[in-house]
This record gives sequence, C-alpha cells and structure tokens, in this order.
Amino acid sequence: MIRFENVGLRYGTEAEVLRDISFTLQPGSFHFLTGASGAGKSSLLKLMYLAHRPSRGLVTLFGRDMAMVTRRDLPELRRQIGVVFQDFALLDHLSALDNVALPLRMAGTPEADVVAHCSEILRWVGLGNHLHATPSTLSGGQKQRVAIARSVINRPRLLLADEPTGNVDDGIGMRLLYLFEELYKLGTTVVIATHNEALIRRFDHPRLHLDNGRLMVLPARGRVEARAKDARANDPGPIDQRWE
Amino acid sequence: MALRPVRPRSDLPLAVDPSSRFLGWITALMAFLAALALAGAMLVTDMAQRWDSGLAGGLTVQVAPMPGAPVAPLDERAEAALTVLRSVPGIRSATLLGGGEIARLLEPWLGAGAADPLLPMPRLIDVVADGPVDVAALRLRLTSAAPGATLDDHAVWLADLRSFAGAIRLAALGVVVLIGAAAVMTVVFAVRTGLAIHRPVVELLHLMGATDRYVSRQFERHVVGRSLRGGGIGLLLAGGTMYGLHRASQGLRASLLPDLALQPWQWGALLLVPAGLALLALVTARWTVLRTLESMP
Repeated sequence: MIRFENVGLRYGTEAEVLRDISFTLQPGSFHFLTGASGAGKSSLLKLMYLAHRPSRGLVTLFGRDMAMVTRRDLPELRRQIGVVFQDFALLDHLSALDNVALPLRMAGTPEADVVAHCSEILRWVGLGNHLHATPSTLSGGQKQRVAIARSVINRPRLLLADEPTGNVDDGIGMRLLYLFEELYKLGTTVVIATHNEALIRRFDHPRLHLDNGRLMVLPARGRVEARAKDARANDPGPIDQRWE
Repeated sequence: MALRPVRPRSDLPLAVDPSSRFLGWITALMAFLAALALAGAMLVTDMAQRWDSGLAGGLTVQVAPMPGAPVAPLDERAEAALTVLRSVPGIRSATLLGGGEIARLLEPWLGAGAADPLLPMPRLIDVVADGPVDVAALRLRLTSAAPGATLDDHAVWLADLRSFAGAIRLAALGVVVLIGAAAVMTVVFAVRTGLAIHRPVVELLHLMGATDRYVSRQFERHVVGRSLRGGGIGLLLAGGTMYGLHRASQGLRASLLPDLALQPWQWGALLLVPAGLALLALVTARWTVLRTLESMP
C-alpha cells in the first residue's frame, strides 16, 4: 500500500524535517502516528497524501513510484485517499452537506446519490440536524465530525487523519475511532496522528513514532505483551530462583 | 426529515469576489457598445444596398437656365438633350422629370417655396443605362447639342459612398474586435484574481482529487453567468437606444437621415452579442485557469 525508503523532506534550504524514513504499510492495516509537537507528523502525513514530494528517497503508493507519477495522474491517486486535516479545512461558504459531498461530486456521483449518502453519514456522526448549516455556525467538534465524514464518504483505500479527536469529547472521540476501526476492518488502510494516549491504549494497533524527524515502528501492545509472554515462558528466570 | 433541493452551487465563493462584481457591469457596457456598433454597421450596409439598387446604372442630365445667354430656350435644349441621349447605345431610357418632381427633390433645402414657378428651375433628365456608356463622349455631344447641359455620372459618387460605407463597416468591426479584446482581458484579470484569492481552496480541492478541469468549470460557470447577465442588460440598453433613435429619426420633417429601423433578423443578430461575449468568456476562463493551474504543484 505505502512504502517509504530512506525518505527525507526539507522545506527550502532549511534542515531536513524528516530524515531517513523507511517503513511499509500493508493494505488494510491500522497505525497510530505519534510524536511530540514539531516531530514531523504533519509533514509525514503531507507526503502520504501527496501534498509534498520528498526531497530524497523513494515513496511508493498503491504500487506506484511517486517519482514517476505526473501531475495529471495525481487526482486519481488522491481520490483514493481520505484526509482529516488538523484545521478541518472546511469551505465556509458551503453547507455541511455540500462540504461532505465534495469528493463524491468530484468523482461524478449522481446528485441524488450524493445527497442521500451525505445525509446518511452526517446523521451517523450526529449532525443530522445540521445538514444545511455552514461551518461558521458549527462548534469545533461539529466541524471536526463534518471533516471526518468528508474524508470517509467515498470509502478511500487510505485514510489519514491529523489529530481527528482533538476537539471532541471522549465519547464522540471514541465513536469516531470506532468508525475508523470499521473502515479498517473493511480493508481501508488507516493512519491516525494523535497525542491521545488513552485512545492509543484502547485500540491495539502498531505505532509509527517520530522523534526529531526520525521514525520508529513500534508493534501493537498486544503483540508486545504476547512477545513478552513468550519470552517469559522461555526464560528460565533469575539465576537465584532457578535453583529454588 | 425532508431533504432540501440542492441548489446550484460553486465550490469556490467567486460570487462575493470584488472582481466578480464589476465583471457583470463591464460586460453590460461592452455588450451595449458592441450592439450599437453592430447595429450601425447593419444600418450602413442596408443604406449602401439601397443606394446600389436605386442608383447603379443611372445618370442624371441637368439642363440649367441661362438667362441672357444667346442660346435656345430651356425646354428646347432639354428636348435636344433627350434626343441625343436616346440615340446613344447602352442607354435604356431617358425621362424628363416634371416640375413637381424637381420641387419635391429640392424641398428639403428650399422648403415649400421650391414649387414656386417664378424660380429659375433647371430641367432634369433621369437616364437609365443597361450597358457601358462612353460618358466623356456623351458629355461632349450633350454640351454641343444643348448648351448648359451637364452630365452627372452616379457611378462616380456611388463609388465614393460605397467606400465610405465600407469604411464605416470596417470601423464598426474594429470596435467589435476591440470590445472582444477588452472582454478577454477583463475575464483574464477576474479569473487570475479569483485564483489568487482562492488559492488555498483550489489547493484543498486538488488534495481531495479535483482535476484542473473540475476547477476550471467552477470559473467557467461563474464568468458565463455574469457575462450572460451583463450582456443581456447591455443588449436591452442598446435596444432601447436604437428604438429611441428610430423614433427620433421619424420625427424629422426632411428625410435627410436614412431610416434607422432594424429588421427582425437584425434584432436577432444582436442577440448574438451577449451569446458571443459569454462564449468568449468561457473559452478565456478555461484557458486562463488551466494555464495558471499548470504552474501549481
């Protein structure tokens, strides 16, 4: 699905914000992306949703080498990626329904289907009474739910979310994570950048952890515990207990 | 819950741009000027055609009174001129105009007093040619047979009128072309301003998978809508102006000015002005957007 090999990214002549990033995301996997503020989470996501091209290294997405992809090919690739932006990136002059409808309209979906699908998903995220509200009349949490609904409306193959639960209470945050989990179970590859340790603990998925521009891939907690359990089973124990 | 009907909407809020407000009014002004120029060209073409059909192949012989000169009386000289004219090959007919007709022709300049029998009026002979006539030789023969006779060859001043009408048509065409160029520049400016103002939204649409054509269609719909509305207003104003001029020209006592009435098909042709402006705006907007977006990442 996604493969990064020795990828580096710099803005202008500044120092690299991402260095020697290498990882592979299998289709239908779920990863959290963690790291301190300024560690490069948003930059890594931008590389993944094709807003930037890497300064060096190899990025392969959906089996295609991004260095060989022309500008003309980008729209089709981008339509397979759903993105929840940190600042929501909603269009203020459009209603919630029209914001959510953007990916479908770009794909040429018939208008009757657009309205039906968008209404349904907005009801699902608890905004059934705000279909025609503009973002300026919505709270931060409501805007975030509109942004999430927009990112998943066309069932993307890859879903990238930058702090998707940052502005919602725990209940709604959990509900949204369950939505992402559902998409993951249906085969969507999900990457969620978050600081929310409670959510990370609740959902047992591996982490991509960025530290000062470098990436570590940490396995899921369950796998860590299983590995630890295996290790304990095979470990003969401290030398002083072995003889007891 | 009943769904509201979805209204036509644009992903880009172009309607509230300052540049889009003046686009409609500038288009209205351009459509007004273009429609007037086109109407003027059509009226001049009509006039030239009327001159052609009325005067082509015509000559006029004028036998002037020569009081005190040792020449034959006016009527005798006119008869002599008629005899000469009727003997010339290529002349189909030569008709002496009556006093009433001459008075009617002079009325615009002399008023009702033109019919005064005491005025020394010339005799006029209307000649229709149906073949080539040696005008120089005819002039010599007329002068010797009827002293005081002058020959007016319509072809000479008809050619002048034709070239004048052609110049007016060319000028009107030039005005229309200049208006078209101004329309193109206006649309390019409005579209580039719109792209600059809404660059973040355009980038967002691209990230969501919008093609350049999807973005350009937003601009095309916007400028075509504005152009059609502005063009319609301009055409209405031009139509009102033409109607007013037509009414004013009818009020003139002397028919010095041609009839300024447009034929129904000519009104139909004027409808092409807003349609043409809208088409020009569509092509210009698409070209501008696609070219500008090519430079974006």
